Amino acid sequence: MSEMKKIKNLKEFSTSADRFEGANLLCPGCAHSIIVREVLNATNDDLVLSASTGCLEVCTAVYPYTSWDASWIHIGFENGSTAVAGAEAMHKALAKKGRLKQPDRNPKFVSFAGDGASYDIGFQWISGCMERGHNIMHVVLDNEVYANTGGQRSSATPIGASATTSQAGSHSYGEKKNKKDMVSIMASHGIPYSAQVSPNKWKDMVKKIQHGFSVDGPVFINAASQCTTEWKFDPKDTMHIADLSTDSLVWPLYEIIDGHELNITYRPKNVIPVEEYLAAQGRFKHLFKDEYKYLIKEWQDRVDANWAYLQRREEARV
Amino acid sequence: MAFDKMELRDVEVWDGNMAASQAMRQAQIDVVAAYPITPSTPVVENYAGFLANNYVEGEFVMVESEHAAMSGCIGAAAAGGRVATATSSQGFALMVETLYQASGMRLPIVLNVVNRALAAPLNVNGDHSDMYLGRDSGWIQFDAYCPQDVYDLNLIAFKVSEDHDVRLPAMVHQDGFMTSHTAQGVSTLDDDTAYGFVGEYKPMNDMLDFDHPVTHGVQTEEDWHFEHKARQHNDLMTKVFPKIQSAFDEFEKLTGRKYNMVESYDMDDADVAVVCMGTSVETAREVATEMRSKGVKAGVVGLRVVRPFPFMEVAEALKGAKAIAALDRSSPNGAPGMLFNELAGAMYNLETRPMISGYVYGLGGRDLTKVHLTDLYNELQANVDAGKILTPLQQFIGVRGPKLSFL
Repeated sequence: MSEMKKIKNLKEFSTSADRFEGANLLCPGCAHSIIVREVLNATNDDLVLSASTGCLEVCTAVYPYTSWDASWIHIGFENGSTAVAGAEAMHKALAKKGRLKQPDRNPKFVSFAGDGASYDIGFQWISGCMERGHNIMHVVLDNEVYANTGGQRSSATPIGASATTSQAGSHSYGEKKNKKDMVSIMASHGIPYSAQVSPNKWKDMVKKIQHGFSVDGPVFINAASQCTTEWKFDPKDTMHIADLSTDSLVWPLYEIIDGHELNITYRPKNVIPVEEYLAAQGRFKHLFKDEYKYLIKEWQDRVDANWAYLQRREEARV
Repeated sequence: MAFDKMELRDVEVWDGNMAASQAMRQAQIDVVAAYPITPSTPVVENYAGFLANNYVEGEFVMVESEHAAMSGCIGAAAAGGRVATATSSQGFALMVETLYQASGMRLPIVLNVVNRALAAPLNVNGDHSDMYLGRDSGWIQFDAYCPQDVYDLNLIAFKVSEDHDVRLPAMVHQDGFMTSHTAQGVSTLDDDTAYGFVGEYKPMNDMLDFDHPVTHGVQTEEDWHFEHKARQHNDLMTKVFPKIQSAFDEFEKLTGRKYNMVESYDMDDADVAVVCMGTSVETAREVATEMRSKGVKAGVVGLRVVRPFPFMEVAEALKGAKAIAALDRSSPNGAPGMLFNELAGAMYNLETRPMISGYVYGLGGRDLTKVHLTDLYNELQANVDAGKILTPLQQFIGVRGPKLSFL
């Protein structure tokens, strides 16, 4: 393995490798580009990237332009992980045969996909890649909605959120199901590393990405990607929303090593109520009506229970 | 070389699946991503055996579905190396989305399609229903009639597909079980000669060239999509035929085995002709010879290349015939057979057009017998004698119960 990139401060980090250009069609305030830059800038190694169909893909590779100054491929909605796994297999094969053009380079293989492309339609392909042990990293840009197609619910959409296929209305509080626990599911494949990250905690993110790049085998990263359009907040508030999510423990930051060893990587000094997180976004606006206020309590209970569960898992070391 | 040479006899007894596997081995493919399905399963099983015994080097990615198999092949091909896999039937159907993506990204991949019926009803036996799902996907499609063809056409497919002027993926079809599981004598090339014919893989726009990063699989809007698709289609229709022809010529020089895009048999003075694909070509040739001894001027036209459809060659081969039969081993529900339609299109502008009848045969592995073909030639001759088509536009050969036909 090559040496890990040393990073001094945020200013230096943000400009240390421009392999994802600012010129793209993503919405103002979209967390996707922040996360992508944090992932790519975590290493100086060469990169082979894929993106599943989604906001990131349609906004960064519109012919004849590309925002990617690194090898990049898009095939379909579901199979970005397998595309990168195929490239990784080719790299192995050519290395074995002594036919690599640049045998001294040490590429990292990364697939980016939204929650729809990871939690739902691409689930089987990712599971296959994890099980087969490809040396790849799959990064979910989890904006909890099918944002690219206009805001339909996915299995990452949290309960109570209003999405176009699970709308809040006079007889509905929106999404009825709890969010799927993808990190646990992926960790259960016994992969060397899986983690949950958020763009506001960039040091934590970089540490995890670098850890992910240093291990041999599949890595799963679930990144909270705040969506100004579908979550309905002001584009300037992306990092504020991210702060609310990590500090309310709605989006706890932790990692799971070798499928079982769980470490919590961020403990807020002052845990804020979940209500503050919900109140900051238009998609939860209806929950503050009298008849749905009980859901806010349920939200808080569930977040508390999950935090207790994560801490118990961490203590148990199993 | 790091792997062990496999010494082959001049003639080996191989079934079609083994013939495909051996060609893949000799082409020294770099990555196989595969998911097994009957009757193509042994193609990748044999290959896994070669890997296990060091007869080949490379990566075998045993994925979790056919869709993932082709997805992995696409990623591997984009990374810059030789890639092949195999499938049949439902697996082919599951792959279809990715077939378009492979050809749209201009990635050379060789896919062995061991033809099998599509469900429902579920059936593991051979017919050509599956490959028609992919006929408009931008792939080159070769048709093998026997294990020898499978072996030869696989080597040819790599050469044509990977040519930098072509850069389009290619399929080699063979009839499920009839070819894939029937062992026959196959004349072989030694490993060095076969590899020498296919040639070293020359990557183009590969993702592992880190000094020249590339973006594969872009999005296009209405301002560019048409240009991409039109150019791809135009290249398929204009660049591929000469490349196939030169590959056939070179292969003939090397082996003495001659292939044509359209295989004419006794067509010089034929009044009646059967046009078909796969194993039925050989049966039809035998029956045509017998018909000749009875005074019927019978001929056979076998398709060797299904896509791009060799319109000119087909029209040329059939221009002297008076009545022809298009034999379709698939039934596109709601329309006459694919071959019937293609032939009608190819011959429409001929000065004298032969009468054309459509026959659907052999679905789900049903045999096409010499008796069927004798009857068929007699029907064609009756049309010729009457000077008009006496038979329906389309008939079904050998279906139990009341005779099925329409129009």
